[in-house]
Amino acid sequence: MTYSTQAATILTQLNALAGAFFLLSTFGMVATRQVQGCLRFFILQSLFLASSAVLLGLHPLSWHLIGVGIINFINKPIIIPWLLRRTISEEVYKRREITQALNIPISLLIALGLTISAYYLAAPLLQVGAGLPALINLPIGVATLLLGAYILTVRREAVPQLLGLLAMENGAFFASIAIAPELHLFVELVVAFDVLIAVFVIGVLTRAIHENIGTTNVGALAALKEE
Amino acid sequence: MTLIAIIILPLIASVLCWIAAIGKRVAAPITMVTFLTLLALAVRVAFQVSANGQLVAIPGWIEADSLGTLILLLVTIVGVLACFYSLGYMPRTTHDKGLLYHYYGNLNLFIFSMVAVPVVVGPSVAWLAVEFTTLLSVLLVGFESSREALEAAWKYAMITLTGASIALFGFLILFWGMRQAGGDSYTWAGLQSVAPQMSPVLMKTAFLTILVGFGAKVGLVPLHTWLPDAHSQAPTPVCALLSGVETTAVLYVILRLLPIAHVVLGTGGERWALIFGLFSVGIAAFLLIQVHDYKRLFAFSTVEHMGIILTAAGLGGAAAHYGAMYQIVSHALTKSLCFFAAGTVLMVTGTRDIVSVKGLIRRSPIAGSALLFGGLAIAGAPPFAVFLGEFAILKAGMEQGKYLAVALLACFLVIAFFGILLHINRMVLGRSNVEFSGNRGIPWPCVLTLAFVAIPVMVFGVYVPQPLHQILMRAALIIGG
Repeated sequence: MTYSTQAATILTQLNALAGAFFLLSTFGMVATRQVQGCLRFFILQSLFLASSAVLLGLHPLSWHLIGVGIINFINKPIIIPWLLRRTISEEVYKRREITQALNIPISLLIALGLTISAYYLAAPLLQVGAGLPALINLPIGVATLLLGAYILTVRREAVPQLLGLLAMENGAFFASIAIAPELHLFVELVVAFDVLIAVFVIGVLTRAIHENIGTTNVGALAALKEE
Repeated sequence: MTLIAIIILPLIASVLCWIAAIGKRVAAPITMVTFLTLLALAVRVAFQVSANGQLVAIPGWIEADSLGTLILLLVTIVGVLACFYSLGYMPRTTHDKGLLYHYYGNLNLFIFSMVAVPVVVGPSVAWLAVEFTTLLSVLLVGFESSREALEAAWKYAMITLTGASIALFGFLILFWGMRQAGGDSYTWAGLQSVAPQMSPVLMKTAFLTILVGFGAKVGLVPLHTWLPDAHSQAPTPVCALLSGVETTAVLYVILRLLPIAHVVLGTGGERWALIFGLFSVGIAAFLLIQVHDYKRLFAFSTVEHMGIILTAAGLGGAAAHYGAMYQIVSHALTKSLCFFAAGTVLMVTGTRDIVSVKGLIRRSPIAGSALLFGGLAIAGAPPFAVFLGEFAILKAGMEQGKYLAVALLACFLVIAFFGILLHINRMVLGRSNVEFSGNRGIPWPCVLTLAFVAIPVMVFGVYVPQPLHQILMRAALIIGG
């Protein structure tokens, strides 16, 4: 076994490890009640996304993917939490969610089911001749996409809903670093900027809801329900 | 050069509006001048495109063809109308007039995102532009800061951004498919050229995820629930933009994929478009009947019309595609007329409730006749543009031999027709029994806007000018592949 293939095997295994932790932190977002804790799991998730991009970029060497990793490393774990704290008042983060639509054990069971179905959904896609990284990253990406949508649906607080949305985007990107590694770096940069704007706009909106209605429990807003 | 100017101008105008010292005094004039310039530039683009077939500003990034130009023209036309209407409407209805420069600043940003969608040729950049149309209009939807407006803005942001994330996944799969087929330019044209080698599994996944994801933003049925809220709670000029052109601009991206899907999947893509389209028309036609708020009525009618356009695109064939293009134009203009009329009614009566408004035409002939005119036009009564479009689509479907789809569509259209007119009839005619809370004169810019937009709505129903016909034909050819 040459040095280079050995390095590749180790990198692949490390990437698989990053993928496992990425998925695990998404489960953490499903399971935790505290707004604060949800944010911490999101930061972890983004760190594993960034490290997976860097690992895939090391062999064969691709500055492009390493660049993607660096963008993600700066953008999501550092700038986004800072921006969220700037726009939304401290009190919101101290909340515990008691009013989640489904309780945690059931949520975790559903999350498990979604993850398994993600592997089934990804299976036909992988048969078109995907590389080794895609075998790991694509199903995990799809699973995170589904889990993010699930978090968005069952959470009632504004910030966890936003984090669910960002988790979905992370999922799409976790898949993309394996299946679309050559995507133009300019596009990646603008997408990072776009995520920032999304956080800013929704942060401002959350603050407006907090100030005008006096709650951030957006799940309970029902003035527009059809009778 | 013109295309780059079109993208940059609203950004500059927005910055000017946001600078409080300038914005507080002249935000409205700046915006008006910007939008008029945009319209002039869009018309120039249209002439250049019809002479050369396309206009290239930055190859591979910013280009315009007939289909893109059509959307660009509609966005700028409705933009000008909405801005002009705002001059009369916003000072009347806003509580804090000191904050109006925020409104104009946001309006410029919103227009920026919408003119960007049809002129960028990369699917990934188009996704970004669509994402920006949501992000830059969320605060406009919640501008009135009422409980309802903020709730609508939240729903709007969450559902459409979720849809966008799903679509993002689709666009990444599409990129993967393109690379597998050996292509290296991720543009609409680049995709089209490698389509014969593309893997059907990847194309199908990409098409469906994008159809569902962006379908949320267009207002297609399973994920349409935010639309009636956002399109009824936003300030009226914004409603006209949201309903008239924003939905269309996103639908444009889906339509762009159809010819590519046609090469890879045969009629598979069109079949899905047809199913989603008919489903939306059907559900919306029934939901129209049970509304209590007349702005919601027009919002549901937007769901219906997006369904009609998608159905027409799914029927296939040059005639149906021409019908789809024609319907895009007539819907954009007619729906903005409807919302302008609804805004006028709101100014006169101070309520959105259908039941509280009776005998409008006696109290306020302008608001009453505008609402009647808009209602008839959007429902598809004969001399108006929408009627001609719907008729063309049904006829094209018959010629294709797709009788079941045509029969269903015709049936839903009739239900929607009566649904809309039932409500409008109650509001406009009859004896007026309520004191309207604010029976003030209607600001002249609003009246003038209504008059402007009524002209094409009526004229296009009987006569399609030759240049417009040319653009529509070429645009139809583009989605035909």
